[in-house]
This record gives sequence, structure tokens and C-alpha cells, in this order.
Amino acid sequence: MAKTLFDKIWDAHLVRDDLIYIDLHLVHEVTSPQAFDGLRLTGRRVRRPGRTIATADHNVPTDGTPRASLIADPLSRVQVETLERNCAEFGIPVYSLGSDRRGIVHVIGPELGLTQPGLTIVCGDSHTSTHGAFGALAFGIGTSEVEHVLATQTLVQRRPKTMRILYDGALGFGVTAKDLILATIGRLGTAGCTGYVVEYAGAPIEAMSMENRMTVCNMTIEGGGRAGMVAPDDTTFAYLTGREAAPAGSEWEDALGYWRALPTEDGATFDREERIDASVLSPMVTWGTTPGMVAGVGEAVPDPAGLDSPADRDAAERALAYMGLRPGTPFTQISLDRVFIGSCTNSRIEDLRAAARIVDGRRVAPTVRAMVVPGSVAVKTQAEAEGLDRIFASAGFEWRDAGCSMCLGMNPDTLSPQERCASTSNRNFEGRQGAGGRTHLVSPEMAAAAAIEGRFVDIREWS
Amino acid sequence: MEPVTTISGRVTVLDRADVDTDQIIPKQFLKRIERTGFGEFLFYDWIRSGEIALEPNPILAAGRNFGCGSSREHAVWAIRQFGFAAVVAPSFSDIFSSNATKNGLLPVALPDEDVHALMQSGEATIDLAAQTVRFAGRVASFDIDTEVKRRLLEGLDDIAITLTHAADIDIFERRATHPSPSTAGL
Repeated sequence: MAKTLFDKIWDAHLVRDDLIYIDLHLVHEVTSPQAFDGLRLTGRRVRRPGRTIATADHNVPTDGTPRASLIADPLSRVQVETLERNCAEFGIPVYSLGSDRRGIVHVIGPELGLTQPGLTIVCGDSHTSTHGAFGALAFGIGTSEVEHVLATQTLVQRRPKTMRILYDGALGFGVTAKDLILATIGRLGTAGCTGYVVEYAGAPIEAMSMENRMTVCNMTIEGGGRAGMVAPDDTTFAYLTGREAAPAGSEWEDALGYWRALPTEDGATFDREERIDASVLSPMVTWGTTPGMVAGVGEAVPDPAGLDSPADRDAAERALAYMGLRPGTPFTQISLDRVFIGSCTNSRIEDLRAAARIVDGRRVAPTVRAMVVPGSVAVKTQAEAEGLDRIFASAGFEWRDAGCSMCLGMNPDTLSPQERCASTSNRNFEGRQGAGGRTHLVSPEMAAAAAIEGRFVDIREWS
Repeated sequence: MEPVTTISGRVTVLDRADVDTDQIIPKQFLKRIERTGFGEFLFYDWIRSGEIALEPNPILAAGRNFGCGSSREHAVWAIRQFGFAAVVAPSFSDIFSSNATKNGLLPVALPDEDVHALMQSGEATIDLAAQTVRFAGRVASFDIDTEVKRRLLEGLDDIAITLTHAADIDIFERRATHPSPSTAGL
């Protein structure tokens, strides 16, 4: 019977019924301390330290703090130091502050070449779906499961349902991977993919770079799907070539043979299929407090009264009150206090290049505080080699050190109450970027242009 | 883990959809390195602002897509440590559900109208073995994965069970031929 990409990976990793083998376990400081404690309490060891890697990202300041011991916030310091101590005790490679391999866990995995087609990858972070861009099965887990994987290198999992989202057409000028996934979540809803592993397919996906595919897969969880995937192809293999942890020599040829056999076969069936025309999509802006509350930049803040279900109406009314928005306000009339370019969704080199092209030779509006936070030390180094840091700095952007930064406000980068932010991150939940902060999710290009104008603009018409 | 069998008592109502884990336990409380001490920070921002008041009852009833967003298990710890033993909602996020059952918190998915009736009823009894919720003279049935149910009813520890299959994992590792990277020596 014809198999899907997911079927092939699942079947190749079944240890026994409902127990799957995990090839790569990514660890960070926030969701791991209690798991390591659990191991100590029970006298268990880490089964495969060589399939495990750790980094500090959520808590780290982005001001150049060189060592964990110098983190000013005592709770953050303890958490990062605890990660370093746990990794030393259990023999796990760790890239903490001071390492030039450090970065957001979902940026460094691909960057180092650890993220490869056909693997099972987990991490105590819901945006682990990012790694599915390589044709891997990658998903977020909780701390109990982190402990389970550390102890057994396996996970208890029921086979999920499969879904394919097939995109037709091509993305128009100024419309990005971020807009495609935001529009998809807007269409299918924040629980639209719950219970499914989603394969993204079709011409617009095939035309995307690896970094754009990562942006799409990253936000799968915002639509409820635990894992998103894209079939590996020549774009994937070209990205992996020469990376540190990628196979080399005859091993590369063997791997390539295996990877080329992974894509979904003709005639394979999914439990559900959706089709979306990519050619009609526009740059998107979220207006509410879930990523599904989203519309094209040319539109206006919707009127909750126009919604059918009482639950949707109630949610939209509360969202608009929180966001301080009136129905009918055109998005291009919404002015901003802050702009954040960063996060595991949009902090890779291509994101920074795209934003830099927009701001080159311009100035950030005087009413706006704007920051760029590269996803990893390697991205930062690369951007500086290309002169992007100077473009951002001379435009008035703050050029920061790598980390999760203002995506989730666990470090000093936060919004103040009622500050309004155009953000390239992935969640616009209440208080996500700081208590009372108001987040609008957009692409790097839209965020960059918004920083210059001090309000949202349609980058397709902006010059 | 303590076995979960019957959960009986008053129902606390949180009639909101898409309650995300950032609301359940805001990020500033994720810096703890212990598993305890989260209960007092449950729905911290909503409670502090006076938007909601929460009574610590055995059962929490909420709107659809409960627990969406971040994978933070701290959300489950906070709910459990606040005093709830079950959450009843029309639907849950996948990661939240799985985190919940690993901590003896029972996620019960019922149709919208049953959840709303339950919210009105004030009291309920959840019988895991029978997979039923009894309230206001009604009996609603819910689905749960048979293996998850067994582990909850018997209070079994996932890792201990998996380690009884260590020989299978050894065999898998010896036989696996697919290419996969090592993190050692990078």
C-alpha cells in the first residue's frame, strides 16, 4: 500500500506497539530541570547522551551577558546554571552562554545539521514542529515526557491521524511563508489540526527555501497540529550539505538514498485533506489574542457582532478589549510602539536579510522602539559579516544577542502594559510578550516596514 | 502517581474558549526548577486583575481548545496543585492532554451542550472506569484511550513500564539502519 512520509517515519521507529524511538532530543533550560530531578530521584541515567543536545535560550538576556553566572535575574541565572550542571552530570553536550553554537533550540538544530530527514525529533517546546521542514517527525512534549525520553530514548505515543494541506498557485509579491501559515490558521482555526500530523505540500511549498519551510512548520502548533512536515527534496539536501553534523562521504550517499525514498507516494491516503489557493493570499496581520484572529493587511479590524457563534463573538469582544482596538479600524491606521524581529519563527539569516532590504537607508519612526534579535550566535555572526547589523543600527534598530527574547518575555526583553508591538514571533496570547502587552503577528518584511512608518503598511504598495 | 478512579464534587466554571497555557501559568513562574509551588499562580493575571475568581473545587469546566499553546507542563502542575482533579471541556490541545494524564489530572472531553449543562449544574461525579460524567440527573459518556485509562486507574508510571521493555529498545537500536546524527563530539 502506498505510504505517506509520516507513515514511513512512524513505521521505521516503532519499537513495539505505541512506543516510538527518538533519534534526537533537544533540551533547554525551562522544561528540563524537573525531568533531571526525576532521574536523580529514581537513580536513572540518560540512555543516549549522544542523541541529546542542550542549549540555553528562553531565559537568556540579549544584552551580551557572556556567562550564566552573570545573568542579573537570580531565577533565570539559577535555571541556566541548573541546565549546565545537569548536562555535566548526565554527560549531555550543552551550548550555554559563551558558546558560539548557542541559540534558539529550533534554530541551532538545523544550523548544525542535526535536523535531518526521516528522524524523530522531540523537545520540551511546542515549536519543535519547526524541524518537520526537513521531512522529520518532530513535535513538542511536556516535562514528564522529557524525563521519559532521557531515561528510555523512546516515547509512548498513539499513532496520530494524518492530514495534508495542499497549496495551489504561487505566493504573490510581498507575501511570505509567514503570511501563508497565518492565513492557514485563520482558515482552519486554532484547533483545526488538533490530533493530526500535517504535511504541507504543493508548488508554493516546493518553491520555498528551507528557512521559509521552517517558518511554516514552526506555526503548525498554533493551528493545533502537533507536527508539520514537508517532503525532503533537493532544496533540503543542498541546505544540509557540508553542515557539521550532516553525514559526509559515502555516508552522505547512503543517507541521500534513504532520504530520497521518504516522500509521500502517489496514491497514499491521508485521514483529511485541505486545499488552499496561495495566489490569493495577502500580507497578514493578527488583530486578536490567538493566531487564528488574523486578516489581510488591506482589511479592517472585524466587528465581533458579525460572527455567528456566541463563543466566537465573546472571544472576539474580549480580544478587542484587550488589544484596545475598535471594529472597523483599517490595519494601516494602527500605530505601533514596538517592533520585534526575532523568535524561532523568523530569526534566521533570510529573515534578517528580508527585513534589512526594507529598512536599508531609512529611519525607524521616532515613536517606535525596534529590535532585531538573531536566532543564534551563528546567525548573528553571518549577519554581521554581511553588514546587516550596520543597516539595522543606522536605521535605529537595536541589534541584540541571540535568544528567544521578546517572543515570550521570560528574559528582560518585554512589552510594558498596553504597548503595541508588530512582532515576527508566533503567539499573540494575552500577556505573552509582557503583562498587558498587545502583540500583532506579522512577517519580517511587514514588521520592518511598520517600524519605519510607525504604523502597519501594505508592503505590496509601500516604497 | 496516585490512581485516578472517581472524581466527585463541585464544578468551577471558566466559560472561555482557547484558554492557553500562557494564561494558565504565566511565563514569570516558569523559572522555578521544582515541580511544586505552582498552584498559587494559576491564572495569575486574570485573577489579579479581577477578571475571574476561581474556587478550588475538584472539577474545572471550560470552553473548547483548552490548554492550547506552549507545551509547559507547569500548566498542569498549577491546575493540579490548585486543587482540580479533572478538567471538562469540549476539546483539549494534544500536548496539554498528554501532560495532564501523566500527572493524574483527568481531561474529559464532552460535547458543547453537555459542558454547558455541566456548568449550570454546580456538581458532578466523574467515573473513569465507566467513562461517565453524572450531573443534574444526566449521564454523559466520554472517550479515553484505553491504555491511558489503564495507567490512570492503576496509577502506573510510564517510565517504569517502558523500562520493562528495555530489551526491545536494545534490539531496535541494534537493528535500526536509518541514518541519524550523533550530538557527541561536535
